[in-house]
Amino acid sequence: MKEARTARSFSLAVKERRSQEIELSVGGELCLENAHLFSGEMDRLVGGAPQGKVILDLSPLAYLDSAGALAVYSYREAAGHRGVEVDVYGGADRVRGVLEMIDVGALTTPPLRSEEGRTPFFVRAGEGFVSLWRDFVEVMTFLGELLTALVYVVRHPKGARWGDVLFYMKRAGEEALPIVGLISGLIGLIMAFMSSLQLKQFGANIFVASLVGIAVVKELGPMMTAIIVAGRSGSAFAAEIGTMQVNEEVDALITMGFEPVRFLAVPKVLAAVFVVPLLTIYSMFFGILGGLIVGVVGLDLTFYTYIKQTMDSIRLFDIFSSLVKSAVFALLIAGIGCQRGFKVAGGAEAVGESTTSAVVSAIFLIILADSAFAVLLHYID
Amino acid sequence: MAGTIIAVENLTAAYGDNVILKDVTFSVREGEIFAIVGGSGCGKSTLLKYMIGLYRPERGRVLVNETDFSSADEDEINRERLRLGVLFQSGALIGSMTLGENVALPLREHTSLPPSLIDRIVKMKLGMVNLSGYENHLPAELSGGMKKRAGLARAMVMDPKILFCDEPSAGLDPVTSAELYRMLAKINGDMGTTMIIVTHDLELIFRIVHRLVMLDGREKGIVAEGEPETLRRNASDPRVRHFFTHGGGLL
Ligand SMILES: Nc1ncnc2c1ncn2[C@@H]1O[C@H](COP(=O)(O)OP(=O)(O)O)[C@@H](O)[C@H]1O
Ligand SMILES: [Mg+2]
Repeated sequence: MKEARTARSFSLAVKERRSQEIELSVGGELCLENAHLFSGEMDRLVGGAPQGKVILDLSPLAYLDSAGALAVYSYREAAGHRGVEVDVYGGADRVRGVLEMIDVGALTTPPLRSEEGRTPFFVRAGEGFVSLWRDFVEVMTFLGELLTALVYVVRHPKGARWGDVLFYMKRAGEEALPIVGLISGLIGLIMAFMSSLQLKQFGANIFVASLVGIAVVKELGPMMTAIIVAGRSGSAFAAEIGTMQVNEEVDALITMGFEPVRFLAVPKVLAAVFVVPLLTIYSMFFGILGGLIVGVVGLDLTFYTYIKQTMDSIRLFDIFSSLVKSAVFALLIAGIGCQRGFKVAGGAEAVGESTTSAVVSAIFLIILADSAFAVLLHYID
Repeated sequence: MAGTIIAVENLTAAYGDNVILKDVTFSVREGEIFAIVGGSGCGKSTLLKYMIGLYRPERGRVLVNETDFSSADEDEINRERLRLGVLFQSGALIGSMTLGENVALPLREHTSLPPSLIDRIVKMKLGMVNLSGYENHLPAELSGGMKKRAGLARAMVMDPKILFCDEPSAGLDPVTSAELYRMLAKINGDMGTTMIIVTHDLELIFRIVHRLVMLDGREKGIVAEGEPETLRRNASDPRVRHFFTHGGGLL
């Protein structure tokens, strides 16, 4: 062979050349490492376009694995297409065993499902739109079920799983306190610092307090809290319900006569609706505190003037509307998290997908709802 | 001969456009242990889910205790389900609850028994499946066989008329599965519970099953029906013969 000798190699030798036939012997080791060379070597020895018959004697072959056997079969198949018959004989028991292991039928069976072909752009765009629409319908249907279940629980408070509600309040609320506080504080700090650079030039330092106060209370507090809760808890809800779906726990609940939405989704949604407004207040407090630090340390404002200016610029109505808004955000986050969880079908990777989708959809819905609130509040006010 | 308790008539089972079973008809008699066998992915679990009313038949009918799952309304189906017990493939215990809470779940929801009595029933049912003392363990702390037994205790807690089991012996060692068969046979003998068992375990089939149907994925339907012994001796279909001589593992 011309190739650098690998650890294992096979050898081909012409035993006999008759007018319409050629007989070769195969020796050495024909295996995964060198099977790809087999047909090339054969062609080289047999010559351009032989006619009639090729006979292979495998008796000298010391080792054959399934890849080697496949190479022999492939050669025979390719030769068959050219009208050349290939006969194989000889070989130790092991070699024959490996040859017989190959199921020729399996090589030519077409796949039961055709490969996903390239679909034209418009078809794909159409399909994408249809699946988006279907998703929207599913979310709306689920929201309907959820509201029905919530109404049921409001009318039969004993039927709710209050223990679970407390558990999720702790998970989604108490455990989120540090991160919500930290991020809100930093945002207040950054905003005060950046705006002070501009406002200082006009000697309007005091308006840093108004700017931070209004921004944090009206927009950033509810929004940042909602986004953090979506990342922490919306994803967790989806993963939890999705895993239960995969483990057939949801089916088990149905067969035991439970309403899965009422049993699994309602406690999570209730917990979120109770806890997110509280987190929002906490976030507003830390946002203002961040601004205060910049104001007092960097802008020579007194503690009193900063607080006074903040109090003057925000109204109770702003705080109240923000709390209502954050309760709506909570409903959306927990609702979409649960819906994505219930939609899981299949295995572990479907759970991962649903978790991602829960966060992305939740953030999208938060922004959408926020815009709606902006318009609505503009007219109410 | 006891009467028919479940009748499946010309059922077509499908996920969307993907038809899994076509025109399946069979019936289960009251008090018998009935098996659904067949290769992996041929639709056994799917058929089971139609029989417990998780999916609604679009074509054909499923009658359980005379409730027609194809036409009954949601309330009727829910009511019927309370008379069924289901042991899912992996036990399907609720992961966040202890064994005791899992077993007590149906009792708490559907009965107004006092908590002390519920506790006693739970202890009794756990004892029945040799899990006495495990009521405060979480499912994650148990082995596969114990989870299945706990699932069986939960399925049996309301003393259902019909018990469905999805591959009760899959993933269990021979000793543990033999123990499980004894339990199933005992429950059937003592309480007359009708059982529908999805399996491809020959051992289980020959030891406790009275009658079976065999499904085939390519045919999308039943290829054999009858008693295990009779089928083993007289089956002419090569797939059925192969199953009874080689077991389900090779299918
Ligand atoms: N939720 C589902 N959605 C779509 N297809 C499914 C679903 N569950 C099962 N299938 C498909 O239905 C067929 C039968 O599945 P199943 O009833 O679980 O088989 P088995 O006989 O092994 O229990 C399989 O081809 C499977 O891919
Ligand atoms: Mg199955």
